[in-house]
Amino acid sequence: MTLTALRSLGASLAVAAALLLQPGAPAHAETITVSIDNFTFTPTELKVKVGDTVTWTNHDDIPHAIVSAGKFRSKTMDTDDSFSFTFAAAGDYKYFCSLHPHMTGMIKVE
Amino acid sequence: MSHHDHHDEERGVSRRKVLECMTWAGTGVLWTISGGVPRSLGLVDAAKAAEKAAEPAGMTFLQISDSHVGFDKPANPNALGTLEEAIGKINAMPKKPSFMIHTGDISHLSKASEFDDADRIISQAKLDVHYVPGEHDFLDEELKFYKERYGKGTMGAGWYSFDAGGVHFVGLVNVVNLKAGGLGNLGTEQLEWLEGDLKGRSKSTPVVVFAHIPLWTVYPEWGWGTEDSAKALDYLKGFGSVTVLNGHIHQVMQKVEGNVTFHTARSTAFPQPAPGTAPSPGPMKVDASKLRSVLGIASVNFKMGDQPLAIIDTPLQG
Repeated sequence: MTLTALRSLGASLAVAAALLLQPGAPAHAETITVSIDNFTFTPTELKVKVGDTVTWTNHDDIPHAIVSAGKFRSKTMDTDDSFSFTFAAAGDYKYFCSLHPHMTGMIKVE
Repeated sequence: MSHHDHHDEERGVSRRKVLECMTWAGTGVLWTISGGVPRSLGLVDAAKAAEKAAEPAGMTFLQISDSHVGFDKPANPNALGTLEEAIGKINAMPKKPSFMIHTGDISHLSKASEFDDADRIISQAKLDVHYVPGEHDFLDEELKFYKERYGKGTMGAGWYSFDAGGVHFVGLVNVVNLKAGGLGNLGTEQLEWLEGDLKGRSKSTPVVVFAHIPLWTVYPEWGWGTEDSAKALDYLKGFGSVTVLNGHIHQVMQKVEGNVTFHTARSTAFPQPAPGTAPSPGPMKVDASKLRSVLGIASVNFKMGDQPLAIIDTPLQG
């Protein structure tokens, strides 16, 4: 690869990074998975960064639905359905299953 | 469809011949309400119950629960089919019960097609059906299907009362506005209504309360109980005979406390594990040849007099 080509690639990457990064957003927004098995959110407590997306997937043979009061609410998730939410602000997000409220979890966004 | 206006006189003929009902086996719980402290009769007691039933009969009604129409997972790939079998058993009864109560989870995902299918099958029993909702009946986006179809003439999310055969029936809703970390929930508005509904009623009136989630704490670790049920039970204190019928846990369980008998009915769709015997509640896969022995319905007979309420739970098969 020539020096010019490398420079060109570097410039392209810089442009791509600039497009991806909104002011204040982290360098690497990730998608983290919470699985629902046996009426339990795993992991029950999860730490993520602002801009990260959490995806819940229901592996039970019974529907579940996720609610964080005033923050987010999924549709009913039947078996193997998923729900994703991107956290734009720091804070502690307690959530539960609106069908089975003894199922609770927490997303800590820093 | 629900009808909340039973009159005793319409039921005169039906309140007879408990014998047939009590010896009828194959579908559910047989309830006999006889004015005293209710109690459950297991299958082994069926003969004894039949003997008792040879006496003048009372009113018989059926309880079905947790149809979960639309459920098609390995625990029962055809929940509509087993509901149909249950209704078939009811239709084969030599003497028709007066009416039926359904203690919720009619549908699995609150789809219009599931409610349509449930209605198509359940209506084949040609009985009035008094419904209360389960949490699976409030999953449509606008939360309107249950209310539109079953909630006419009811209060709030669908609670109501009616009288039949000398018994006061109260249908409660404990599956809405559930709180994080909590159990089933009745809520202040419904509790106030219940207090008013029971106030001034003769304490000798037998009361049957039915709701989806158990109104006693079966197993809080799995959410099997109702947060504020103690308040409801307070209002029922002093009544000579109180029977509480629930579903939700898909298995027969009973507790007697003073004059209150709590009883849960089987599902017609799939069984769930006994409390604490599995990592979690949920559909339990059993051998296909065993499935019908863990599904069923309930039949209830009421007879004025000094005999206790008798309950027989009968599975679809076995």
